[in-house]
This record gives sequence, C-alpha cells and structure tokens, in this order.
Amino acid sequence: MKTRQLFFLLALTGLIMAPALAKGSDLLIKNGKILTVTRGVLDRGDVLIRNGIIQAVGTDLQAPPGIRTYEASGKYVMPGIIDSHTHIALSGTNESADTDTAEVDMADVLNAEDLSIFTALSGGATTACTMHGSANPIGGQNVVLKLKWGRPSQDMVVSEAFRTLKFALGENPKRANRSDADEARYPQSRMGVKALIRRELLRARAYMEQWDRYLAQKQSKNPAVLLPPRKDLRLEALADLLRGKLLARVHTYRADETLEFLGLAREFGFKVACFEHIPEAFKITPELKEAGVGTSVFIDSWAYKIEAAEGIALSAAYCTRQGILVSLNSDGGERIRRLFNEAGKTLRYGRLTEEEALRLITINPAIQLGVDKIVGSLEAGKHGDLAVFNEHPLSAYARCDLTVIEGEVYFDRAAYLQEREEAAKRAKAPKQTGGAR
Amino acid sequence: MNRLRCCFILGFFFMASVLIGAEKAPSLIAIRGARIIPVASADIPAGVILIKDGLIEAVGPEVAIPEGATVIEAAGLCAYPGLIDCYSTLGLAEIGQMPQTVDFRELGRINPQLRAWEALRPDSMHIPIARASGITAALIAPSGGLISGQSGLVRLTGWTPREMLIKAPVAMHVDLPSFGRMGFRPAAAAEPSQPFKELEEAFRQARAYQKRKEFAEKSSQRALPDFNEAAVFLQPVLRGEIPLWLSVHADKDIKEAIQFIQREKVKAVLYGVSQGWKCVEEIKKSGLPVVFGSLTSLPAGWEDGYDALYRAPGLLAQAGVKIAFSSQSSSAAKDLPFQAAKAAAFGLDKREALRAVTINAAEILGVADRMGSLEKGKAANIVLTDGDILEFKTQVKKVFIDGRETDLETIYEQLLEKFKKRESR
Repeated sequence: MKTRQLFFLLALTGLIMAPALAKGSDLLIKNGKILTVTRGVLDRGDVLIRNGIIQAVGTDLQAPPGIRTYEASGKYVMPGIIDSHTHIALSGTNESADTDTAEVDMADVLNAEDLSIFTALSGGATTACTMHGSANPIGGQNVVLKLKWGRPSQDMVVSEAFRTLKFALGENPKRANRSDADEARYPQSRMGVKALIRRELLRARAYMEQWDRYLAQKQSKNPAVLLPPRKDLRLEALADLLRGKLLARVHTYRADETLEFLGLAREFGFKVACFEHIPEAFKITPELKEAGVGTSVFIDSWAYKIEAAEGIALSAAYCTRQGILVSLNSDGGERIRRLFNEAGKTLRYGRLTEEEALRLITINPAIQLGVDKIVGSLEAGKHGDLAVFNEHPLSAYARCDLTVIEGEVYFDRAAYLQEREEAAKRAKAPKQTGGAR
Repeated sequence: MNRLRCCFILGFFFMASVLIGAEKAPSLIAIRGARIIPVASADIPAGVILIKDGLIEAVGPEVAIPEGATVIEAAGLCAYPGLIDCYSTLGLAEIGQMPQTVDFRELGRINPQLRAWEALRPDSMHIPIARASGITAALIAPSGGLISGQSGLVRLTGWTPREMLIKAPVAMHVDLPSFGRMGFRPAAAAEPSQPFKELEEAFRQARAYQKRKEFAEKSSQRALPDFNEAAVFLQPVLRGEIPLWLSVHADKDIKEAIQFIQREKVKAVLYGVSQGWKCVEEIKKSGLPVVFGSLTSLPAGWEDGYDALYRAPGLLAQAGVKIAFSSQSSSAAKDLPFQAAKAAAFGLDKREALRAVTINAAEILGVADRMGSLEKGKAANIVLTDGDILEFKTQVKKVFIDGRETDLETIYEQLLEKFKKRESR
C-alpha cells in the first residue's frame, strides 16, 4: 500500500516523468509568439536550442532532421522565469543558534527532492536564488540553482552567479525568527541590529589586519616571530565581503533602516547586490538610484506586519520608472509558481509596459544574481531556458504549459495530464494480492 | 428577568436579521455608450444604464435619457455589475501579525453568538483598495473554533458599520479543521468523527432548549429554562433562516458534512472544499453551493496534483454545482477577480468565472433580488472598466455603489504622492 502510494505521488509530481522526458538538449520551439524581453517580440517565431544553448531566435528556422520539435502556435514563449529570492530546495533555512552565521552556506544543505522545485517549474520558473532566512542580522551564504527536477543537487548549482551573503534588518532579527525564540537574545532593537553588524565588520577588519601583518612579516627579509592568527571561517566570509568577493543581500522593510545600511556599506566599502522585500523602497528612490542598488520585492503582499504596512502595490512600477533595477521574488514555495501573475499586476498597479513587466521576472533578477550573460532573455548564445504559456504570461488567464532548461523539458503539462490519467486508471484497477504492503 | 433578557436578545436578533436598506442616492444618472455586461443576460455592445434613487431603472441598447439626468459618457468602457467577495475579513483585520488589529477569531469552540459585523472598522485601508478592484460588496466572516459565529454582507462604502451593512446575519460559520487529519482516517467511518459529534451535540442541546422553552411558555406554572447562549443563537440555523457555512476541505470531511447537513435538515454552504474535485458527484447530488477560498495556496496533498485548487472550480461548475469565489483575506481582498481568472486558466468557462464573482455570489448570499447583475430594480452597483474586469491590465475607472459614485483613491496613491514630493524639493 505504502509503495503504491509513493509511486502514485512520484508519478504525479514528475519525479518519474521528468528524466523520461529529458531527451538531450536539442529542441526547436516553433511558431510561437516569442517574447525575447531584450530583443522585442516576434509575432510568429521559433527558438532553436542546440546542446542546451540558444542557437537562434527567428522565423522559419531550419532545424537538422530528428530534432525534437514543440509546436507552439497560438502560444507565448518567454525566457525561463528567475526568482531572485526564495527558500526552496533546502533542508534548513535559518541557523538560529547565533546572531552572525556568515560561515553557513546554503549550498551545503540543498535538497534536490523538495517538491517545491516541481511547483516552481509548473509556473515557468527555471532559475532561483535560494537563501538563508532572516533570523540573524548576518545570516549565511546563498546559492543560485537551475531547477533541474530529478537531477542531483550538484547539477543544479549555477557557478557563474555572484557569491552573496544574507543580512537581515528590522523585525525578523529583532524577534529572532526561529523555532526556539522563547529566550530573548541580543539584538532586540534596530539599533542593536545595526550595532551588531558593525561590531562583526570591525572584527573582520581587525582579523584581516592581523593576517596582513602576519603575512607581511613572513615575507619580509627579517621577519619577526609572529604566530599565525587563528583561522576563523566566519570572519573569512566577512573578510570576503570587505574584499568585494562576497556581495550583501539585505532583508529590509523600512526605508530608514535601509538608508542606515547603505551608510554602513559606504563606511566599510562593501557592495550591496540587492535590497530584499523593501516595501518602502518608493520612499528612498533617490538614494537607491545614487547607490546603484536594486530591489527584489513582492508586488502587493503587504500589511502582514507593521513594517509591511506601507508596502504599496505601486512601488515596483514607480521604482522601475525612477531607474531602479527591480525584480519580483517569491520568498517561498508557493508564490514561485505564479511570479508571472505578480508581474501581470504591474500592468494594473503603475501601468508598466509588457516588456518592463516581464523584465521584473527575467533579465532584472538575472542581473541582480550576476547571471545575465547566460540567462534572463531569449538571445542566441544564452542558455536554452524558456517557458511556454497558453496566453500572454501577463494575462490573468495565463497557464504555463511547458518549461525548458538548457533544451531539456522539465515540465510538460500535456504529458503530466496524460500521466495523471494513467495513474488514476492504475489506481482504479483491481488490487493485486500480495506484493508490498 | 431571564425571560426578559431572552426576549430582548431574540428581539434584537430579528431586528438585525432584516435587510438593511441603503440610504438612497437622490440623483438620476445615465451611463451612456458603454459595452454593458449585465451577466444575467446577453452583452449589449453599446447601451445605456439609467440609475434612479440608487436603483437600476433601465438597461438596454436604447434607453431614453430623461431630462435633468446626469450623463456619464462611457463610450469605450465596459460596464459590469459590482463584484461580490463571498468570504473576506475586510474591516476585521488590518495588519495580520498584530493581534491588536485582528478581530475575526475568538477563543472557545462554540461561538454562535459572535457577529462579525460588530467588529467592522469602516475606515480600514483595505476597503478602498478592494473597491478599486470593482468589488462593491463582501461577506465579512468569522473563523476559528468549531462554530465561529455569524457573517454579514457589507457594501464597500460608508462611514459607519451601520451604513455599510446590507444583510446580517447571512450565515452561521463552522470551521472544520481538515488537513491535519487527511489520509489518517478509515475509509468509511461508521460514526461521525469528533467535530461532527460536537456539532451534533450543540444542535441537540439547542433543540432541547427551544422545546423546553416553548413548553414552558404554554403555561406560567412551568419553569423556564436557564439562559443558554449557544442554544439561543443557533435557533436561526435550526429554523432554516440562515445557512450553516461549513469550512471543509478533505473529501471525506466534505462527504461527512453533506451527511450531517442532510441529517440535521438545515440549509448549508460548503466553503473551501480543496478536495471537492474528488467528490463532485456527492456535492452535485447534495444540491449545495460551493464557495472557494483563496486559490493562491498549495494543494492539500501532492497526490492531488499541482493544479488541484486551480481546476476544482471548473470541474464543479461543469457538473452543475453553483460556485463562487472569495478572497479569504483583507489585504488581498482586491485579488478576488484574479482568483476567478486563475480558475478560468484551468478549465472554468470565462463567463462562468464572471458569474461566480457576481450573480452566483448574490444567489448564495441570498441577495440576488437586489444585486449581482445589471437588471432593472437591482441596486446600482456598477463598475466601469477599460477592459475585462478579471484581467490584470484592466483599469477600473469608476465604481458606483447604490447609485453613488465612490472615491477610488487608496492609500497606495496617497503614500506615493506624499513621497513623490521629495523629487520636487
């Protein structure tokens, strides 16, 4: 009985189906409306993928015989959706035993069997940055994944992406967003959060100076006898931040605390890749623009807590028009399958153009993650990552029908439905005696 | 004393349960040139809606506009009936994680005395935002416990709770926890499971109380029963005056709920119904309407399929079940039209999707005589848009509630305008 249920579950979620569908990495998508995002719209066009790379986007492309072809006539083809901030495919989110856990790396706790990967694919998502949580002022290091459902986790990691470190400001580190939050801990206020981050950065700076002196002495002609400083992986991570090898991704809600963090970044000379959630971004567009830091936001999920009470739905569009690089994120395993709906709402709230709206879930997050050279638009030379929709993906009636990563089909709604029908038939068939029970 | 108190409470109950009329808008308004989607009848490519004293006086391709009428030119726009949210917490919850601002849930299991509309905050920032989506009426409902309390239908405009109230009570809400138990119960339970036993006991006590009270009232020599709050407030359900609104999800629980309703012979609405697609036949046979909760959640179980919540409305509607949608929220109440569109992306007929947020909702809430479509005699709840009311890109241009044009400005614009001033400094 158990085995039977498990099979049913696996079949329906595509764990069994996906590898069977993944027949190599050549694919021709034919006769679709092609939304390239960076190179305009082809009313009727093709996308040819060879060895996982887009070879051409155009009309009447000739493909070598035998290549797998998907007829997309009447459908819409867009680049695979990119989620710049989520927490899926992990076997842990927060290391909450300490307030600075910069040494923690999410790449160490990947869970390739998380069903959220399939959920994401069913909504056209192909790439996601999966992150440490917001319990600690200084969290862990994040990792960018291709959502290759059915593959081992090491095949999913995108090595081209920026290395980033999660920071968190405001309510979450204050109330320590963790399961064992009975005991109060420092920090309990925004001033404590900021002081803690500064303390750790000063500590890292002192650590770097110790090492610099030690190494300088070692290399000098008459070296003084200095013991090597103690290697500290936590401080190494922060030192990498100060060296520019790691970029900050900062969970922040209020405008004021965001500005304070920008001040800290200037003071210590490190880079911020992106501000996360930041419902009050519209209040500080001049500063964000001047700092050249983008935002990764919800379109209209708001008012769930006091620091989100002014998270107006117009903010994403307004910031975009003010010249700020904006992306829309899921922050989890449900919204990730409807990021195209989130983008669709910017047509209503702020009246972005279709291209501007699509950018929020494709090329903009790609730039923020440092992967825009390989994904984020349908252009020759980029990865063959795309999604096919029944209607325009920004329509409220849109449904994802096909999701492709590097030329391989990871979600095919038609095949899924067929599989489900067959599984239902099998479930109805008379039970055999014996077997696994 | 007891008797007096009972009389007072019951009397108040009756007062509250009558339909509360809107303050009438005095003017005569003609909306001219719009594509009219009356919902209950065929679309009119270009026509006139005449509003008199807050009610729709006439709808048609050619309606004579009386002298003195205020004419609103609406060529190029679409006219829809106002949308109806069949379950929200509008005005009951402001900031989700701040309990100080959340008033739709009480302690205790059996709370039929609670009236959601008595906690309504007309000044909630979420109400104008929902209105700007074209929603003109919403059920505001309690949840939690087993019997959560009574819901009321409100118009999304008004300065005081009383001005907003359209009908109260609408339903008695029952919250059946489901997901935790799914898959762990025997396939065919001979006995009703615990929550249904509890409900049954509450109903039994309420009936016994009423019987004893009626018996005592026949003669002054008979002792009156002690006041029993739950028993008093369950009477409208037992009398069939208001439906029991059962929040139920697992297919086994849905089936059990249907049996319970049939045993108790009460009116009912099925709410949530995440696994309704598994018992389409049973629901259809029961004749009960179904109101869906928010579709923006994951399915109850993965074996249901990733699209379980999305495809359920289409399956049930196709079988002939009357369906409606709800936001199940205050801060996301504005997304009601998109819930309907989502179901349409997964098999629900687009016309039916529109009906499910207008006329079907009105029928389920028992107010189809006064709203839910653009018809003569109904309240002039009219939404003018520049396109399909269920689409993201559509802009809502004007919203009339009871013939009055409402303010479409929300805290969104107010906050943005405030901070835009930085630019000019």
